[in-house]
Amino acid sequence: MIRMALWLLGALLLGGIVHLATVLLLPRLASQDAYARVSAIAPLNSVVPIPPPTPDNAVMPFMDPAFAMSVCRYDLSRGSLKFSVPISQAYTSVSFYTRSDVAYYAIRQKRHGSKREATNRVPLLGEPGD
Amino acid sequence: MLALAVAAVIGLGTTWMALTRGTAYGGVTIGAWTAWPKNGTAGIDPYARAMVARTGELPVGSGDGVAFYARTDNSGEGLDGRCDVLVSGITPQARFWTLTLYDPEGHLVANSVQRQGFTSQEIVRKSDGSFDVIVGPRVRPGNWLPTGGIERYQLVLRLYDTPIGMATRGGTEAPMPSISRVSCQ
Repeated sequence: MIRMALWLLGALLLGGIVHLATVLLLPRLASQDAYARVSAIAPLNSVVPIPPPTPDNAVMPFMDPAFAMSVCRYDLSRGSLKFSVPISQAYTSVSFYTRSDVAYYAIRQKRHGSKREATNRVPLLGEPGD
Repeated sequence: MLALAVAAVIGLGTTWMALTRGTAYGGVTIGAWTAWPKNGTAGIDPYARAMVARTGELPVGSGDGVAFYARTDNSGEGLDGRCDVLVSGITPQARFWTLTLYDPEGHLVANSVQRQGFTSQEIVRKSDGSFDVIVGPRVRPGNWLPTGGIERYQLVLRLYDTPIGMATRGGTEAPMPSISRVSCQ
């Protein structure tokens, strides 16, 4: 009886370890994360427009169809980069993500009065100080 | 040997459950809407990170905005694309917002008028500034968001340049639109 309980406890503990390990390792092992999807269309250190999402085709799930989105995979290992984007009147922002898709910084366009339909969002993916 | 197999099944099973059922921490729930503002920061928790890696999405950065997800109406009933659902009210303060309809996996839904959502600029408001959106399978006058007749869908309200964040609580501080079922076939 005790033997059985110990066996069960061991299995549960091991299961817990497997659970934690897989959760922590998954972001590194995922082959279809946002960075991988973007890598397929965007060369390093250049700003590439992402095709607008349609019901049949979208680079990533949960893309906001109201925005024109461009992406830049950046590599700062050989020096810094200067980055410039066109600004639309409605709303423009640049979001910075790490290589593992963690958002760590964003720049928003300053507010001013005029109106226009077009909007842009530019996510940058890469490792800061990499 | 059997113990190892059981352990593997338990471990992988619970991981799979956690990532597909959506058990992220730190959610801000207002009415039928829930957002995870922390997922747009460097403080994103390991479960949310794994979930994002699995789905392949890019979370909205917290400096950019915040995304509220609704899978049910205010009474807790799942959103059914064969029914007419009314989304009504006002949004919290934001420079720009979008309301988008996705299937449960985050794909846009095909429909005859190629409309996937509304933005704060194009939506038709009432004189008091609030709005009504009818989400349903058949053409409706006013703000009609087509469902394409799919069984399950979700709505995502993204607020850009907004003070809403981790410290936000529901109520007058953050008035979210209500979601209610009007009629069903």
